[in-house]
Amino acid sequence: MKKATNQSRKRSVAGDRPVDSLRLDGNAAAGMLSEIFVPDLTAGRAKCAGCGTTRSIGALHVYSHGMGMVVRCPACDGVVLRVARTPTRVWLDARGAISIVISGEN
Amino acid sequence: MTARAPATRIEWRLTTVVDVVPETPSTRTLRLEVPGWPGHRAGQHVDVRLTAEDGYQAERSYSIASAPEDDKLALTVERLDDGEVSPYLTEELRAGDKLELRGPIGGYFVWDVPTGGPLFLVAGGSGIVPLMAMIRHRNSSLAAGDREARKKLPTRLLYSSRGWDEVIYRAELAALVDKDPTLEVVHTLTRNPPDGWTGFHRRIDRGMLDQVAWPASDTPRVFVCGPTPLVEAVAGTLVDLGHQPALVKTERFGPTGGPT
Repeated sequence: MKKATNQSRKRSVAGDRPVDSLRLDGNAAAGMLSEIFVPDLTAGRAKCAGCGTTRSIGALHVYSHGMGMVVRCPACDGVVLRVARTPTRVWLDARGAISIVISGEN
Repeated sequence: MTARAPATRIEWRLTTVVDVVPETPSTRTLRLEVPGWPGHRAGQHVDVRLTAEDGYQAERSYSIASAPEDDKLALTVERLDDGEVSPYLTEELRAGDKLELRGPIGGYFVWDVPTGGPLFLVAGGSGIVPLMAMIRHRNSSLAAGDREARKKLPTRLLYSSRGWDEVIYRAELAALVDKDPTLEVVHTLTRNPPDGWTGFHRRIDRGMLDQVAWPASDTPRVFVCGPTPLVEAVAGTLVDLGHQPALVKTERFGPTGGPT
């Protein structure tokens, strides 16, 4: 549990719990993303703008906070998506994704 | 596989609790009547929303435990002592109560019979829930006597629990294994094994995975669900053992052992 990589150890939270243990999968963002997109985005694939790696969005890393979620690339730890909710709006920042591909069958 | 209905926006809906079934000292299964439920795939989850009298809302995700073939939607919830939502769901909720949820959610951590096997499932604690939906789906959709169809989808579950009393669905899993030689369940107990326990008594490690998992050359479909440290250790080890990363799907429950 304490086997954090050097990179992630830098981003530690208050207390002695490494932020690694708060990490979730892209699946966890599916509900919030469904407020923006009708087809399920987590079954689709995203290409990271930081390193060019393409992965299923369900396989990306998610860090969940009170207001929203940060979705990071497992390869380079770069931010791919940010989703936030205010009382009246849902915000999506997708500048970390070069492309997002979803199944046309939906 | 039948064609799925066109995607429509996932809306919040009001469900009715049919009954609350105790599973272990800290877990309960909620069986729900959901008007207009569009159906789900094994492995998907729902978001549950509680609203206080002052309008404050809390939302949590819970994996669906029931098979798509079951007539009621079932969620199995673990009580987290410092939780905002799970103590209400496990201790206060009664048959006839209403519960607000939206779903089914998620198209990544899912398995259907046509996806194929062999199927290797790894659960830590309440991480068993979405994997149980897969086991139940496999059992429901393949005819009981159809040995050939089952042989084509051999399934192994490696299930880590703290103690024997904390094994969720223990009796149901044992009954399924008794009837179906193509389903194997291997338990490991990390803290309190009962007297005479001869099974694994440690956290899941490389040696255990090497012994229990289908070899990478069989290209099993792997689903790992549980607390984040367990999921990352297991998925990393399986990739080291030669499994294709794309076939190892994970669902992390976060640090508490509970869903997000």
